[in-house]
This record gives sequence, C-alpha cells and structure tokens, in this order.
Amino acid sequence: MSENVDIDVEYITRVEGHGNIVVDVENGNLKECEWQVIEAPRFFESMVVGHNWERVHHIVSRICGICSMAHQFSSLKATENALGIEISEQDQLLRRLGLNAETLQSHVLHLGYLALPDLVDTGSVLPLVSSHTEEVKTVIGLHRLGNEMSEMVSGRDTHQQRLIPGGFSKIPSQGELESLKGKLEGSYDDLTAVADFVESLSSELPDFTRETEFISLTCEEEYALYDGILDSTDTGTESIENYKEYANEYIVPQSTAKYTKHNRESYMVGALARLNNNYEQLSPRAKEVAEKFGLEPVNHNPFMNNIAQLVESVHVVEESIEIIEKLLDRGLEPQDEYHRPDVEVKAGRGVGVVEAPRGILIHDYTYDQNGKCTDANCIIPTNQNHANIQNDMESLVPKILGEPEDKIEKTLEMLVRAYDPCISCSTHYLDVEFVG
Amino acid sequence: MSEKPRVAFFDFAGCEGDQLQVINLEEKLLDLIDIVDVVSFREAISEHSDDYDIAFIEGSATTSHAAERLEEIRGNADIVVAIGSCATIGGINSIRNSQDFDEVQERVYGDEADMFDSWEKAKAVDAVIEVDYEVHGCPIVQDEFLHVVESIIRGKEPDIPNYPVCVECKLNENVCTFERDEFCLGPVTRAGCDSCCVNEGTRCWGCRGLIDDPNEEAHKEVLEEYGLSVEDVIKEFGLYFNWQQEVREKKEEDEDE
Repeated sequence: MSENVDIDVEYITRVEGHGNIVVDVENGNLKECEWQVIEAPRFFESMVVGHNWERVHHIVSRICGICSMAHQFSSLKATENALGIEISEQDQLLRRLGLNAETLQSHVLHLGYLALPDLVDTGSVLPLVSSHTEEVKTVIGLHRLGNEMSEMVSGRDTHQQRLIPGGFSKIPSQGELESLKGKLEGSYDDLTAVADFVESLSSELPDFTRETEFISLTCEEEYALYDGILDSTDTGTESIENYKEYANEYIVPQSTAKYTKHNRESYMVGALARLNNNYEQLSPRAKEVAEKFGLEPVNHNPFMNNIAQLVESVHVVEESIEIIEKLLDRGLEPQDEYHRPDVEVKAGRGVGVVEAPRGILIHDYTYDQNGKCTDANCIIPTNQNHANIQNDMESLVPKILGEPEDKIEKTLEMLVRAYDPCISCSTHYLDVEFVG
Repeated sequence: MSEKPRVAFFDFAGCEGDQLQVINLEEKLLDLIDIVDVVSFREAISEHSDDYDIAFIEGSATTSHAAERLEEIRGNADIVVAIGSCATIGGINSIRNSQDFDEVQERVYGDEADMFDSWEKAKAVDAVIEVDYEVHGCPIVQDEFLHVVESIIRGKEPDIPNYPVCVECKLNENVCTFERDEFCLGPVTRAGCDSCCVNEGTRCWGCRGLIDDPNEEAHKEVLEEYGLSVEDVIKEFGLYFNWQQEVREKKEEDEDE
C-alpha cells in the first residue's frame, strides 16, 4: 500500500489536446484526485456571430482536426434546420458515408496509434514499428482507408471542402464508389487481424466498473450515427430540441472546458454509450467482434470504450458497403459542377446533432433575416465526459493504491485515454499530476 | 545540428489538424522517422525531451503561459517552423480579434469569463518569437511539409510560392469563382495548395494567408473585371486575415510616422 502518493502529470500525452491528472495521497488517505482541463479557450461560439450562413460550417470545422466532418455535419444540419433547407436522399446517404469514414479514421487512430502502446507497454507506436511490424502496417492500412474514403466523399481527410448547406459542392463518381466498395470489402481480413491482436492483449485492460448513465443518439432504422433522437440508459428517449435538459452545462474551477450532467452526477457519451444503447442494430460482423470480447449491454467498464471503438470500426465498414450498394442501385443522380443549392434566406433557429466519433455533438444557431448568425451554442462530446472521467478516477484510485506510483499513473492515463478525449474540441489540454 | 536531426512537435490554440496531417503521412511517416528522430510529439508519443534541433509549432499564441512556453522552445531549438494557419497567420482564431473582447468572453462563458485566461487577440507565433520557416494552410499540405523538412535537412531554402492561388486555379482550368457570382480570396491568397478548394467545387477561403504584398502581387485582372479593389476583398471577405491585417496596418502606421 502506498502511504504517500504524489502524482502530477502535466500535459498527458497521446490524447488530442491538453489536460492534467493530479492525485494526492497522504498516509494512505486520498486527499485530492482531480482531472483538470487547461486548454486555452478559443471562443468559437462567439467567432461565428456576425457571419453568414454559408461560412459558419467552414469556421466550426476548425474546432477539431480529427472530427472536422462531424462538426461540419452538425453545423450544416443546424443551419439547414434554421433556414428550412431540404437535403436529398442521395446527399443524406453520402453524408452517412462521410461520417462513417471519419469514424473509422478516428477510431483506428485512437485504438491503433494512441491506446495500443499502453497494452504492449511502450510510450508510443514508434517502437512497435520494429517489434510488431505487420500489425502496425495493418493499422496504417485501415487508417488510410478511412482517410481515402473521406477524400473520395468530401474532398480531403481534414476540413473537408465539399460539404455545404443543402448538400455537396461536388460528389464522387460511380466508378469511385465502386472502387471504394472493393477496398472496403478487402479490409475485413485486416479488421479481423487487428481484432485478434487486440484480443491477445485484452487482459491488459483494467477490470474496473462503476455504474453510470450512458447517453447517445438512437434511431429506429439504423445504428444511430448521422441521425437520431437522444437516448439515456437511465431515463429513455428525448427529442433533440430539448438537449439543454440533457446536457446541463456548468463551469468548474479546474477546467477551461464546460462540464455537463443529466440524471446523475455525470454521464458518458461515445462508442461505449452508443453500443450500450443500440447493440442490437450493430452489423453482423461487428456483433461477432463484440461477442469475442464479451462486450454486451449494459457494460460499465470505461476501458471497454476502446473495444467498442473496434466493434464500431467493423460496423462502419460493413454499413458503408451497404450504403454504396444503395447508392449504386438507385443510380447516382448527377449534379452541376460547383453545385450550390438555391436557398431562400430567412430568420430562424436550428439545432443539429450527429454522433461524432467521441459522442453526441450538438450545434445550435440562430440567424437573422439576412442569414447572419446572431447566437451559437455547441455541446462537445468530450465536455460531456469530463465529469464522468473525474468520477471514475475518484472510484478507481482507492482500488489501485496498493500499486506502485508509476503503475497508478499509467492506469489513470489509460483511463483518460480510454475516453479518447478530444480536448482541442472541448477547448484544448491534458496532463497527470501526483502532488503530495 | 545532430547527424540525425532531433525534431519536436508542439501545439498551442488550434485544432491539431496539422499534426494530424503529419500522422496521416501513413507509410511516408515511417520514411520520415528514418531521417529524423522524433523526440517530442505529445499528441502521439509519451516520451519527451527538451534536447531538439527543429521545433514544429502548431496553433496560435493566446495566453502569457503560451508565450512563456514559446520562449522556452525558441531557446531549445536551432530552427523553429510554424505549421498551419493558426501558427503562421493567426488564422481562424483571429476572427475574434475584430470582435469586442468583453462580448466574446460573455458569449462563451457568461458571468464566469474571468476564470479563463486569454489575450484579447489571438496571435501568430512570430508575434512572440522569431520563426525561421512557415508551412501554410488549414490544414497544411503534406508534400509542402515534407519539402520544408527536406530543405532544412539539406540546408537549402524551401521553395514557397509568393503568387496568388489564381495562378494555380487557371492551370487547373476551373471556372472562375467570380464568374459564378461568388466571392473568392484566390486573387490575394498565397498559392501552394493547387487551388484545392475551388477544384472541389467551392471557393478560396484564404487559409494560406495573404501574399507578401497584395497591392503589388494580387491577381488584379479578375478583381478589376468585377469592380473590386484589393483592400475591399481583404476587408470584406477575409476570414483568416485579421492578425495579418493588424500587422499590415501597424506597419503602414510606422512607415507614415
């Protein structure tokens, strides 16, 4: 038993953005245990004010490089709802394909490059390049597949250009979609290889559970990513327009990011929340992977979020093939070059939501009669998880105090990483600090 | 510089999309780590060292804490490279520079704005420390990043265009955005992106920043045709240029004195 523990990790690594972990144990008693978010504020909700409806999605895309498409979709949906802009079925299918691409890219990046090094006990993916060459190449191949898919659908892999209110400025060709389908079908073996590799290391994932509330989107037709209504494991469904009653934002002293709570002190969003709420709608191959890891709803181990990401990676590949088949069966409807839908500008308010890789992402805008944004509110996935990370930490630390300090530190870092926090999104920082 | 240069990546206020472009090099990243030692890259590796030759900096400077960190990096590195618009020109972060700061804070944090430390203006990295090279764009272009790295290692000056995006756009045979009755920042924006946004069906948003001297080097033909002046375009449509404009205006004032 460690009598005195003094952990002070400034700038935790292998996460997006900056955060600190502080743990202070004196004579075996936990005095302080804090998850601090210390990213410099960026003020996006103010930046968009005064800007025209055609620019807002471009600006907010820059909230996050990793999930810029999710931000753009959520933003476009809010703008479209505010201005009453309709989206064709074809464009909706293409957007689903785009979001799947980003989900695959983001999950593989997190699981393969950022989380996996913990399971093989290295500081980064770099040593694995020589020790696990084949596995690393497989991970790189899947990551590239996600990015290629983004490029084909939306122009490039970050801050995609083609996404505009009302649809796309340019769409992929039939040939490009056919070729993408072939690549997706060819990726099953790689996904299986990664699943086998992770399974061989899964005993390294801490066996820790703490009951909490899970919130995600849900939707009758599909495993909800692009569309849906709010769903909580505690209280059931709720319409998007009432999001403020879900994500009760509040400000805490140790963080530049806003925190949220709903039915309990905290809740969790992201892959595990989605899987817990919508398990039955996973694709067949995705379910097989979930079964392999014994992951079934409702699972309360936050470390299993890594595995939920793996399951979802398989799901988005399988579902994307279906989407492409649907698009090809319908026959791609051509559109003019430099497409720009006709829009009648009017005043209004609109809320848009998607499941970003890290969880529910809500944008809410008000426009005046000239189409200028007068008010904006964004609810970011990682912000919704901060309080849950804090509560997990408070529950986990007393259970592992018997471990050496470096082991405690690693476990806490793994806990934070399991949430795949995107602190750039939620504002910008992460570090562990043991004080004493 | 060491035989195999030691490189470090740092991020400030930004979206980390430029470091993501480095990670997205995929197999080429494996080639890159053959010729450089990555000793610090918080987003991707846990190891950290203060002993490095080249520092890559993403994001804008927005706090005094950031300024202190930047000074420290400048002290450690032989060569400092700013990557991405937020670092090279203030970029999207500088949109708020034209807004009233009390209002900016109030809109985001309400009554509790005092809890959050931030300068009134977001600044490019070279407002705080000397920057040796810049890799422009939002996000950066991977090939240009590799070109800059290679040039530094070979001791050569990287070749960064100082002509407007219109030049590339014409080569790509795009229909001019103005001809489509839309605004475009191509005439005043630094090329090097292969006019990728116009190629993808939209317009140039200006993410690579202004060419060195817009009044001299802008693609004026197109502007004149549509009755626009260089300054009109920059002021009316600029999204990424606020910090650059402040620097230009200050320079003009200094010259007038």
